[in-house]
Amino acid sequence: MRQLTIGARDITKKYRIGGPAQRHASLRDAITHAATAPVRGMRALMRSRDERQSAREAEEFLALRGVSFDIRQGEIVGLIGRNGAGKSTLLKILSRITEPTSGRAEVHGRLGSLLEVGTGFHPDLTGRDNVFLNGAILGMRRHEIARRFDEIVEFSGVSQFIDTPVKRYSSGMYLRLAFAVAAHLDTEILVVDEVLAVGDASFQKKCLAKMEDVGHHGRTVVFVSHNMMAVTRLCQRTILLDEGRVIADGPSHEIVGAYLRSGLGTTAEREWGDDSAAPGNDIVRLRALRIRTHTGEISEAMDIRLPVRVEMEFDVLTDGHSLVPNFHFFNEEGVCVFIAGDHDPAWEHRTRPRGRYASTAWIPGNYLSEGTIVVSAAISTMDPVAVHYFERDAVAFQVIDSLAGDSARGRFAGPIPGVVRPLLKWTTDFEPAMSTNDTLSMHP
Amino acid sequence: MELVTDAVAGELAPGGPLPTIVIEPAARWPGLNVRELWANRELLVFLVWRDIKVQYAQTVLGAAWAVVQPVMTMLIFTLVFGRLAKIPSDGVPYSVFTLAALIPWMYFSNAFSAASASLVNSSNLITKVYFPRLIIPIVSILSGLVNFAVSCVVLAIMMLWYRVTPSWVALPMIPALLLLMILTATGVGCWLAAVYIQYRDVRQIVPFIVQIWMYISPVVYPLSLVPERYRTLYALNPMAGIIQTFRVVLLRTGQIPWGTLGVSTIVGMALFLSGTLYYRKTEHLFADVA
Repeated sequence: MRQLTIGARDITKKYRIGGPAQRHASLRDAITHAATAPVRGMRALMRSRDERQSAREAEEFLALRGVSFDIRQGEIVGLIGRNGAGKSTLLKILSRITEPTSGRAEVHGRLGSLLEVGTGFHPDLTGRDNVFLNGAILGMRRHEIARRFDEIVEFSGVSQFIDTPVKRYSSGMYLRLAFAVAAHLDTEILVVDEVLAVGDASFQKKCLAKMEDVGHHGRTVVFVSHNMMAVTRLCQRTILLDEGRVIADGPSHEIVGAYLRSGLGTTAEREWGDDSAAPGNDIVRLRALRIRTHTGEISEAMDIRLPVRVEMEFDVLTDGHSLVPNFHFFNEEGVCVFIAGDHDPAWEHRTRPRGRYASTAWIPGNYLSEGTIVVSAAISTMDPVAVHYFERDAVAFQVIDSLAGDSARGRFAGPIPGVVRPLLKWTTDFEPAMSTNDTLSMHP
Repeated sequence: MELVTDAVAGELAPGGPLPTIVIEPAARWPGLNVRELWANRELLVFLVWRDIKVQYAQTVLGAAWAVVQPVMTMLIFTLVFGRLAKIPSDGVPYSVFTLAALIPWMYFSNAFSAASASLVNSSNLITKVYFPRLIIPIVSILSGLVNFAVSCVVLAIMMLWYRVTPSWVALPMIPALLLLMILTATGVGCWLAAVYIQYRDVRQIVPFIVQIWMYISPVVYPLSLVPERYRTLYALNPMAGIIQTFRVVLLRTGQIPWGTLGVSTIVGMALFLSGTLYYRKTEHLFADVA
């Protein structure tokens, strides 16, 4: 068996509710708190033990509850779970950004953490300066950065702007350069948090390829992602966290499938409130995505026989662009089932005036297969092609095939493979066979 | 045969055997861990270089700020305290008298105020990547040295103009005083930075501390103005001994106040040790509260 690289035992992390930042909003509160301590002590003594216990528990939040696992050299391990499951906390503990409240982990080898790309980038410095600075922050030695500098710049594809301050970069260029540095981090262990959720699709692909490459050099990678396709493609093994506990650990395909089927991973509605967090640009911004039944209710569970409405709400901020909303549907294996763009002639060849839009794609009933459908949403302009946003794996829903008998399943109760499950129109031509007996009996 | 084994081992583990890191709850009183700081010296240098480069790249006046700030203050002090209040200046022109104190004072005060805000300003770094946290305030303290050097040139020009020659003891004393100032500023900066990240009120307090501290230091007046019986108490301010000695060795305005300087050194070192140790003690909270 290969050498143990990360051994975690019973890692627990406790936060105070609202984050410790709000423990005492100001120094005054802290001083008041300290000054009134004796009174509180008296009161606490008068309360029963159970009361005290529950009061204490109410103020605390356990982000991780006794997490244990072993990761061996060369393994690429995915870490999945819904928001708040403890994935990021676990990565922060492994990266030594924060400390566990109890428990212990041993890490053998240099560990590089990529919890975000471009940490420490300074807008006033040039691309070149930022490569060195960011490299140093990520733990690279000066000579290492110098040796790999040309490679990094080439990977980023921004070589002609390398001596321009990065504040003049487009956000895409900025991210490319930032990821290029990160991708050349040369530690034995790499801890990566969702950094692939940036950049355009072709660059994402390049980064995925680079990460796959990383694994083939005997390096160990722990990879957090909401992108189930990336997890199943990159990681042989996946750990599923829920409410701070490891609830499954095994081969990625099994764990990801179980996760999606369990409904832990689905959400039928996403909204983006403030501008900065909403995907998009100055032309168009995503506001909300919703999965509705044909009668209009928001739901994660869809009857296979009934139409599904997939709705995208967006704001057009600049006049004069023709925009095509489009959805990408993936199944739980990460296979793209189909892509649908809005080619309604009423809007396709016409520029959209500013305002709020809600575009709905109607997926016919008796078309999708059973299981989880994960939806990515985008808005593009066709000529020339530009992608204004592409929100990967944004919402998801379950397609449920009941055994009513009137779906494509018929009365068959077992598992049925296939990416789609259309209820097709069948026609039958029948020609009765000529048999002497029949002839005889029919015509006595 | 042996060569081959070596080559393979070298491939797998560049730089020798793999380091093992143990992650566990923080110790109650972690030491300074100078070894880890030393191992990260390149990062320290990069961050100091970034601070300096950013400061000089984007301001119109650039290095001129390092000149304007002490010179303007000197002019105002000369007018108010020299001409109007007629504060004695130990036999040298008041302007050069106060400038010789303003330069170490401004370095010190700018350094510790920058250090106190440094941690909060670096919250994007400390929540995303690990490195010894002490680097952050130290970077602020060190990047102020460029301005200090520039303003020293101004002082040298002033001294030439007024034909004031420094004493030869300035040669060993100035670097020693500078080191003491760096350590004291690090201590104070660490104290404030560690409290600031937990309680944001510190932002309001720091300018106030700077103002009061200047008036309890011999910047606008000579140490000789402080009554003899209060000298020991006065010397508890580490900047009292440092500034007075700085002025004495450069302008030859009297004897080195060894007693005061001795107390200042002890208090400065105590601030350095307590500040850095308190910082290390509370360090595990930083990423969670930032």
